[in-house]
Amino acid sequence: MSLIHLVILSPLLVAVLVPFLHKYFKKIHTGWFVLVLPLVLFIYFLQYLGTTMSGETYTSSMKWIPSIGIDFTIYVDGLGLLFALLITGIGALVVLYSIYYLSKEKEALNTFYVYLLMFMGAMLGVVLSDNLIVMYSFWELTSISSFLLISYWYHREKSRYGALKSMLITVFGGLAMLAGIILLYIMTGSFSIREIIANVDVVTSHELFVPALLLFLLGAFTKSAQFPFHIWLPDAMEAPTPVSAYLHSATMVKAGIYLVARMSPVFAGAPEWFWLVSGFGIVTLFWGSFTAVKQTDLKSILAFSTVSQLGLIMSLLGVGSAAAYYDYIGENAYTIATLAAVFHLINHATFKGSLFMVVGIVDHETGTRDIRKLGGLMNVMPITFSLALIGTFSMAGLPPFNGFLSKEMFFTGMLKAIDISAWNMDTFGIIFPVLAWVASVFTFIYSMVLLFKTFTGKLQVEKLDKEPHEAPIGMLIPPIILASLVVIFGFFPMLLKGVIEPALYSILPSNVLSVEVKIYHWHGFNTELFMTLGVVLFGVLLYLSVAKWGKIYEWFPQKLTLNKLYDGGLIGLERGSAAFTKSHMTGFIRDYLVMIFGFMVVLLGVLLFSTGAFETNLTNVAPVGLYEVILALVMVAAALTTLITKSRLTAIISLGVVGYAMSLFFVLFRAPDLALTQLIVETVSVALFLLCFYHLPEIAKEMNRLRFRLTNFIISVSVGLVVIFIGLSVNSSRLFESISDYFEEASYAEAGGKNMVNVILVDFRGLDTLFEIAVLTIAAFGIFAMIKLRLNDKKGGVKGES
Amino acid sequence: MFSSPLETLLTISLFIISVATLGLVYRVIKGPSVPDRVMALDSIGINLIAITAIMSIMLNTDAFLEVILLIGVIAFIGTVAFSKFLQKGEIIEYDRDN
Repeated sequence: MSLIHLVILSPLLVAVLVPFLHKYFKKIHTGWFVLVLPLVLFIYFLQYLGTTMSGETYTSSMKWIPSIGIDFTIYVDGLGLLFALLITGIGALVVLYSIYYLSKEKEALNTFYVYLLMFMGAMLGVVLSDNLIVMYSFWELTSISSFLLISYWYHREKSRYGALKSMLITVFGGLAMLAGIILLYIMTGSFSIREIIANVDVVTSHELFVPALLLFLLGAFTKSAQFPFHIWLPDAMEAPTPVSAYLHSATMVKAGIYLVARMSPVFAGAPEWFWLVSGFGIVTLFWGSFTAVKQTDLKSILAFSTVSQLGLIMSLLGVGSAAAYYDYIGENAYTIATLAAVFHLINHATFKGSLFMVVGIVDHETGTRDIRKLGGLMNVMPITFSLALIGTFSMAGLPPFNGFLSKEMFFTGMLKAIDISAWNMDTFGIIFPVLAWVASVFTFIYSMVLLFKTFTGKLQVEKLDKEPHEAPIGMLIPPIILASLVVIFGFFPMLLKGVIEPALYSILPSNVLSVEVKIYHWHGFNTELFMTLGVVLFGVLLYLSVAKWGKIYEWFPQKLTLNKLYDGGLIGLERGSAAFTKSHMTGFIRDYLVMIFGFMVVLLGVLLFSTGAFETNLTNVAPVGLYEVILALVMVAAALTTLITKSRLTAIISLGVVGYAMSLFFVLFRAPDLALTQLIVETVSVALFLLCFYHLPEIAKEMNRLRFRLTNFIISVSVGLVVIFIGLSVNSSRLFESISDYFEEASYAEAGGKNMVNVILVDFRGLDTLFEIAVLTIAAFGIFAMIKLRLNDKKGGVKGES
Repeated sequence: MFSSPLETLLTISLFIISVATLGLVYRVIKGPSVPDRVMALDSIGINLIAITAIMSIMLNTDAFLEVILLIGVIAFIGTVAFSKFLQKGEIIEYDRDN
């Protein structure tokens, strides 16, 4: 346990205090207390910059479950630190924003900040854990706290729907990841990421390599909202805007990106990894940007935009993984894709965070997020407009903002992807730059929609719930900081060198990295620049004519959407399992008995036959006497009478005959105690049967023969046969001598009794007798209770009592 | 076949009683009315006593004498209970007072 463990767990510890702060300091907005923590943590993590910039890492371990190799090991390297800074930095801004966004009087602030701090701690744990199981624990904690935050306004049905959807999808992916972790453990015998990377040769040559890869990617894709698992993210927009800004743009959805980056040293270089990561990334990029254009809700636009940008980062990581395939030093062009991914990761967090906050301000000050109602806010909300302009232009990839730089590098990476001379890239490679370019056009369009439909045109005051006005300064500070970062990183990208370079070292296997981080605005007239010009040109044209071509969105059949698939799947699962349960849980005991006996016959019969356990050996058989035969015939006749008789009385009496014949058998086989007991018990039970018979209601007393059912017949005959066979084979293969010789000698010598049966019952094995007595006592009490204690009937009297 | 005249005698009597019991079983199954069946059951009980007695002579043991007594008691109680049931529809009557 060292300070950094405490640092990671500190949000959870502070979360415990939040309800008390909320209760005892009602005058002060709870957010002010919470705000201190991420600020302190941010400054604390800044200290580690020196360590990572010099290529060092920091490790600290704490025992958790050492017997199975699970330790809470913290590993701070470039990638982990980058994420930790994002989490704490944007976390501080979001807390500040939420102080002004959430009303002190109307909202349940204590729960909000508890959930938010839970999430912050969980996210720090995910990015800084070296042990995969610890990382998985924190990973699921992010899912749970995200679930709680999305359903923060739990009285709204849509919030609950969105929360459930995100929970189901992300936990599904999380469980897949757990399976992947276990597979990695099987391969390497370690849960530590660093040890697994050190043993990467074992992993890549193992037959479980591809299943583990697929499972990890399932976890990453569901968390990072990649196609087709992106559907939960737009529905998660029912959360309060600070939550959307924090979780669903800057941090949690990047956990999947983090996972892919973190596991790159293990899996990169394999064609499956390259194709899945870059393929799904590029499809997500295209589909997200294409769908974002048709949205009318500002947050929906941003949600699909997030999906699309995450796809962009993912595809860059995929292309970057090709670097591991060509592991020669020098002209390794694919590292630029990874560089672009890390750079865009930072850029996206800045501009998307500020855009969400801007949308939250617009929502807060006008009462709507619908772009059909908004317009002309530019003069009313000038600061907000400037912030939105910076954010959207950066998102669209326009100079001089940081989005332009990462977009250029993205195009470079995608163009380089064509040059990969393996894995069928010479035939399919052209897809990458084409899709990337088309997606960028759509990105441009929705960015412009977001900006101009909201802030220009005519102000429609009559459609708005509130009189629009500029936001309070406290609400504007966080987006102003983020927008300044957008501009600063745009003009001075080399400031980030110290952060990006160590992160690159973490993602790429050490033997391939030779690239120096160089990000400049001007590359000369190259293909990327012309692609950007094309994006702007076509984007403007398409934006102006969106009314004409916008109808293509209606062509897409509504029944085939992924949301319909998800909803239909859930309903189908429920109906299917209900139908399946109904099909065999009929409520009739006879059906259950048929199943039980059927399975008994099948399992016992098949098992014993397949193992060859049935054998008959007649050497030890005693000679059969005449009396036994006659008695057996009597029993069989009585048993058959029970089955085929018309009257229930006859059945009871012939059952009695079976019992008495049994006691006669006991006489024949020299068991006087058993014969005595059997006689008495048989008499009592026949009397009880008669009692039951007498009290049958009139309707059921009809004299009916037992109906013949073929299934029942087959099952009863086969149960009988199986039991006979088992009895025969047990009797013919006696493995050991019986222990009865001992009892014979010892019953008088040791216990002083001549009746051996009784000596066994009360002396040698008296414990059994004790509990048989207990059984009888319980039965007697049970009968007494059932007869005496009856619930009152409606009139208040007790039925059957006088 | 038989080692002594006594055993011959016992076997023959056992056979005869068994046949008689089978006849009574036929009456139990067929018996047109319930009293027929009850009577037959009672007689089966008596025959069982006889069978047990003969068996214990043949097995040369006195361990089954309690069984004989018990069958006698049970057959009596059973028959009385049945008769009472047939007569009144009840075996144990309740006192009206409590």
